[in-house]
Amino acid sequence: MDEARITSYRDGPLLVRGPFRLEDQDGTAIDAGRDTIALCRCGKSRTRPFCDGTHRLVRFRAPSGAESRHAG
Amino acid sequence: MLVLPQPRGEISEAILAALARSVHPLAAPSPAVPIDPLSDEDLQLALYCCYELHYRGLPGVADEWEWEPSLLALRRDLEACFEAALTAAVPRPPPPGGPDQMDLALRAVADADDAPSVARYVERHATVEQLLELVAHRSAYQLKEADPHSWALPRLHGPPKAAIVQIQTDEYGNGDPARIHAQLFADAMDELGLDARYGAYVDHLPGSTLATVNLMSLLGLHRRWRGALVGHLALFEMESSVPNRRYASGLRRLGYGERATAFFDEHVTADAVHESIAAVDLAGGLARQQPALTGDILWGAATLVALDGRAARQMLEAWEDGASSLRIALPAGRGATPSSAPS
Ligand code: FES
Ligand SMILES: [Fe+2]
Ligand SMILES: [Fe+2]
Repeated sequence: MDEARITSYRDGPLLVRGPFRLEDQDGTAIDAGRDTIALCRCGKSRTRPFCDGTHRLVRFRAPSGAESRHAG
Repeated sequence: MLVLPQPRGEISEAILAALARSVHPLAAPSPAVPIDPLSDEDLQLALYCCYELHYRGLPGVADEWEWEPSLLALRRDLEACFEAALTAAVPRPPPPGGPDQMDLALRAVADADDAPSVARYVERHATVEQLLELVAHRSAYQLKEADPHSWALPRLHGPPKAAIVQIQTDEYGNGDPARIHAQLFADAMDELGLDARYGAYVDHLPGSTLATVNLMSLLGLHRRWRGALVGHLALFEMESSVPNRRYASGLRRLGYGERATAFFDEHVTADAVHESIAAVDLAGGLARQQPALTGDILWGAATLVALDGRAARQMLEAWEDGASSLRIALPAGRGATPSSAPS
């Protein structure tokens, strides 16, 4: 894999696979400690930016694909 | 395991007596169907012993017993009994609209779980003694964590194979023996003052706990159950992060430190990744590739919920009565009290 692949999972996190660098807004690296990581998409994780499974508790709902601006 | 377990009835007695000798045709009584096979002490221990021969073996038992036809024939009868009880107790969940809905169908199985949560109890209320009991229960599986699901590897190909290998690679520490999840669990046991040697607590564990492990071995050792094995693993991964966070906070509440919580903390983050891979890429991927397995995948997930729920109820009921949830209580003073005082 020569580029990172980011997969958006329905009602869950964003999985990042492949070479990536995760950093805070000052450019300081955030150590993920693993090659594939789950980034929180629901905002409720207690270990942000990583997902900790809380999306299940809060019944987070989001489609896997892009949301349409004109949905409804 | 240090010594052979103590028999719990006619069948386990016959098996254990035979296993202590060199391999020979076994003349075991043909098993009568127990009232509740899913928690029957004799049946579950007998199955557990049969299955252990396919993992690390039993102390003092000749390796040849693993493939002794008369023992396999008895195991088949025991399995038929276990399987019939599972089929009767666990209805087949409604199938998904398509393989791309497998994650939703699996989540529905999890959401239908009405068993009380041991993790919530441990987080808020468990005493040190109860926590040690929980860890003893869990040791039956956790000291060989991931092994039963690895039986699926040679039976899968393509995308679901890649998905399960990615999960198992993490379970096995990504090449670092110190990070193997079973090792992290052994470290936690050690830190808690429990005996971390493989199988040390088998005599303490009730049939309902052994059944949760036997279920994985049953699904794992029979290729025809590969769909159910995958469903079992998928739900296991999906329902792991939050309970493990609760267990870790229970440990911290009781004053335990990093070495005791590492196993649980690791599972919060690792399984946040595994959840999506297991539900979508593994279970969904297998349903896409082999649609005929869809029903089995969901049923495997439902069997996990059913047997874990039964074990959880039994554990919490014992604790409510102020009793031990184990067949034999842990020796007093066995558990190490936390080195730092609870804050
Ligand atoms: S997406 Fe998993 S905790 Fe937010
Ligand atoms: Fe694990
Ligand atoms: Fe996992």
